[in-house]
Amino acid sequence: MVFDIGLTLLVVAVAVWTIAARDTFAAVIGFVAFGLLLALAWVRLAAPDVALTEAALGSGVTGVVLLGASTRLRHAEISAADKKPGAMLRAAAAVLCTVVSAGLAAIVLVLPHPAPTLAPQAAANMAATGLGNPVTAVLMAYRAIDTLLETVVLLLALLGLWSLTPDPFWGGLPGRRHHDDPDGVLTFAAQLLVPVGILVGIHIFWVGSVAPGGEFQGATILAAMWILAAMAGLVDAPPVSRRWLRLILVAGPAVFFTIGLAGFAMAGGFLAYPESHAKLLIVMIEVPVTLSIAATLALLVAGPPDRMPQQ
Amino acid sequence: MSDATVYGLCSGILVGLGLFGLIVHPEPLRKILAFNLIGGGVFLLFGVVARRGAAAGFGGDPVPQALVITGLVVAFAATALAVALLRRLFQETGRTTLRSDG
Repeated sequence: MVFDIGLTLLVVAVAVWTIAARDTFAAVIGFVAFGLLLALAWVRLAAPDVALTEAALGSGVTGVVLLGASTRLRHAEISAADKKPGAMLRAAAAVLCTVVSAGLAAIVLVLPHPAPTLAPQAAANMAATGLGNPVTAVLMAYRAIDTLLETVVLLLALLGLWSLTPDPFWGGLPGRRHHDDPDGVLTFAAQLLVPVGILVGIHIFWVGSVAPGGEFQGATILAAMWILAAMAGLVDAPPVSRRWLRLILVAGPAVFFTIGLAGFAMAGGFLAYPESHAKLLIVMIEVPVTLSIAATLALLVAGPPDRMPQQ
Repeated sequence: MSDATVYGLCSGILVGLGLFGLIVHPEPLRKILAFNLIGGGVFLLFGVVARRGAAAGFGGDPVPQALVITGLVVAFAATALAVALLRRLFQETGRTTLRSDG
């Protein structure tokens, strides 16, 4: 209890810093710390799967995107900062937000006892899915349609990002080509970390069926390893017009959708699995989905294409 | 007061703080940050509801937990798209202000 109160106070303090810091860069650093502390909170709330996602994606990869943007947009942000709202508006906003916070706190305090829960139903049907991790069972079996739609949403976000490409670079390479000192610390760290990180990513994905982990967490780690290797100049992004790249991106949702349709013939419904082969089908979906998500996340971080391949 | 309630109160504060930042910060990147704080608060509230639903040997109700994982991924995709829009706006106009009167 004391730990929980201390942790929440720390979370709130870092959140205040994120809002109040003068400099955008400092605010982003605050946000990264916020994400890591929140990951601890998720562990305390008995949600290790969420903790992994929060630390890797909510804090880590989001942090990379925001840090990059805060350095490139530094001057623009400073000039936009002149147009601060007046004291009246700030006071009104403070009152409004306090009311919202108090309202939410009141709701938390009057939540019903005993709490409604789907945990018994999730437990009762887990044997039929062949999975040992209830969260993965929800993601891949009970609510598989959510996960299918989510993979499509990720692709749509990437399409939106690519559609922002300036005309001369259409179909080109995303992000800068990094050239780091081949004997430098970053290159050394990347050479050392990336192989280990890829193994960890695959492991986290694979154990997701029985332990905390899964395709989203594993894919995020794989994407992070690619980002690290690219920052160290060890690899370069491919042109986004490459057919093999497009195939990797759509493989996950396509296989997911196909097996979902096959569910009509096999088990009498969309995304229904026959009990005897449920685990096999889920793994068949998860492998391409993990690859697709990893590629999509890495390309979302890389940004829209802004250079052409050198002749 | 249970442990989960402490985090529930924290989530309320986070949503309020994020909303305040969203309103008062004129810089678009700060607005994106503030929006992510609101998201963090909302997800945490889901976590509290999940924790309270602990049953059948699970530490929490897996359904809201899975929803949060889905939500985190979508929030990242939305953030990446918002940042890309902002950078394109800066490339085109040299500014990132959202005001139409300039």
